Amino acid sequence: MTTLRTPDPPVAPVSAARVRRRDRPAGRRRKSQPEAFAFLTPWLLGAVALTVGPMVVSLYLSFTDYDMFTSPKWIGFGNFAHMFTGDDRYLQSVQVTLIYVLVSVPLKLTVSLLVAMLLNTRRGANGFYRAAFYAPSLLGASVAAALVWRALFMGGGPVNEVLAFFGWHTPSWVDDPQFSLASIVLLGVWQFGAPMVIFLAGLKQIPAELHEAAAIDGAGAFRRFRHITLPMLSPVIFFNLVMEAIHAFQAFTPAFVIGGGRGGPADADLFYTLYLFEVGFQDFRMGYASAMAWVLLVVIAIVTAIVFRTAKLWVFYDDAEDRK
Amino acid sequence: MTVLPRTARSFGWHVLCLVIVAVVLYPLVWLAFASVKPPDEILSRLALLPSRFVFDGYTKGWEGAADVGFGRFFLNSFLVAGLSVAANVLSCSLAAFAFARLKFRFRGALFAFMITTLMLPYHVTLIPQYVIFQQAGLVNTFVPLILPKLLATEAFFVFLIVQFMRGIPRELDEAAIIDGCSVYRTFWHVVLPLSKPALVTTSIFTFIWTWNDFFTQMVYLNDTEKFTVPLGLRLFVDTSSESNFGAMFAMSALALVPIVLFFLAFQRLLVEGVSTSGLKG
Repeated sequence: MTTLRTPDPPVAPVSAARVRRRDRPAGRRRKSQPEAFAFLTPWLLGAVALTVGPMVVSLYLSFTDYDMFTSPKWIGFGNFAHMFTGDDRYLQSVQVTLIYVLVSVPLKLTVSLLVAMLLNTRRGANGFYRAAFYAPSLLGASVAAALVWRALFMGGGPVNEVLAFFGWHTPSWVDDPQFSLASIVLLGVWQFGAPMVIFLAGLKQIPAELHEAAAIDGAGAFRRFRHITLPMLSPVIFFNLVMEAIHAFQAFTPAFVIGGGRGGPADADLFYTLYLFEVGFQDFRMGYASAMAWVLLVVIAIVTAIVFRTAKLWVFYDDAEDRK
Repeated sequence: MTVLPRTARSFGWHVLCLVIVAVVLYPLVWLAFASVKPPDEILSRLALLPSRFVFDGYTKGWEGAADVGFGRFFLNSFLVAGLSVAANVLSCSLAAFAFARLKFRFRGALFAFMITTLMLPYHVTLIPQYVIFQQAGLVNTFVPLILPKLLATEAFFVFLIVQFMRGIPRELDEAAIIDGCSVYRTFWHVVLPLSKPALVTTSIFTFIWTWNDFFTQMVYLNDTEKFTVPLGLRLFVDTSSESNFGAMFAMSALALVPIVLFFLAFQRLLVEGVSTSGLKG
């Protein structure tokens, strides 16, 4: 192994230019350059061959008509034009996905914050509750969990029965265009455990003295929440919001399983990624699917950028120099 | 706020928490009991407990579908998930060590790029990747599922390990270098052993996410022989008649067993891994 060490600098006489270069401050001489790139090799290969390269190719394909069997045919903005003017199912998938993101993300974050605040005490059995609430986050994306969900919300399933007991008669949720998406939203909210754990870690960092001082000054629970907890927690809310939104835009398995693989009743569960899969891997319209993927990328980038921009208005950092 | 006696408030708190536990865990308990109910009771009776225990679902489900037994699906899933774990831990920790500990040209730019790929929807690279694997004759093998992990394309884990390695005192590897250790030995004998918690977190999450992954496996695997557990479960959906419900829920229950076991074994680590990966940074 010692042979791999960087050799000591040669002592032989060197030209003036080289001397000047050597005299630069030590920090600028990247001593471990070759080793660093040895460590980075797998990641660099992946970044070039499986990320950047395919991104360039898919951008090109998005301007073509491509079925995998014949070579791509350039059609300019044809795919994008068709998407927004001639494809009702595409627009439906956009609508379904936007509703899903706009409803499930705020709901999930609210529930996870409330439960995190409930658990932010020193009582016993805290660990048990935390673990129990976290469990669905690990199972949520699986086919098995989605199958269970489908059964729970079917006609005559437990959810129907319980609601009927309270006098609210609902149709079979998964077969009704009005209710089907709601059942998928609830599946998303059921997995509130992951953001909850992150909120809990954030809550623990808020000094108890702040609350005590405010309470002595006569601030009630709601005011303390509004003026202490929320601002102090805003970086964590910000992080969870970005992560959950990105996640929600790409939801697939629940929509596929609960919608029976075809988008559900009247395409009520036709999520964006589900339609992309259909277009790309069942109809082999790979150019169109690539164009769809790029629109998704742009939308996620815009949403993330908006959240980042508005963050200045509502995210507070303890120490201004600590901003990232 | 009305002031209640401590014990009363504590009691109320526990009741509230237990109600949430009941709601959250209900679907899983329901599944466990549904898997041993007679088929006609699964949807028609609200009661959680079956009138009699029937294990037909397990025997019928285990026979699988299209002449391939469910054991095969489990074997395939374990193979894919196991290799993914090994590949991911190795490649991600190599890249993370470079980012966290070494100086090199373009480090800032490459790190920023790595963070950006965290937000990149998988679908953007999906189709060209598929074409590449298709032309290499690798569709319908496990290679497209594992190779990306060997090449550290899951930026989340690189980031997670970087964050952890940054917390290891620098004096340790500096001392090792002064003592004549090469960078490689320092990585292998000093930094890697100290990063064990991050590596374990990476392993657990890689296993669970690969086990649950449905989209990629559906895209790349065509032969029933090659199917993994999620694809096997989907076969039951396609032939969704009431008579198959028993088998479907029995196999769904089995599919969740490895995750539940992992969860019970590593629950503390998992929960802490999530909270630290989210906060520092």
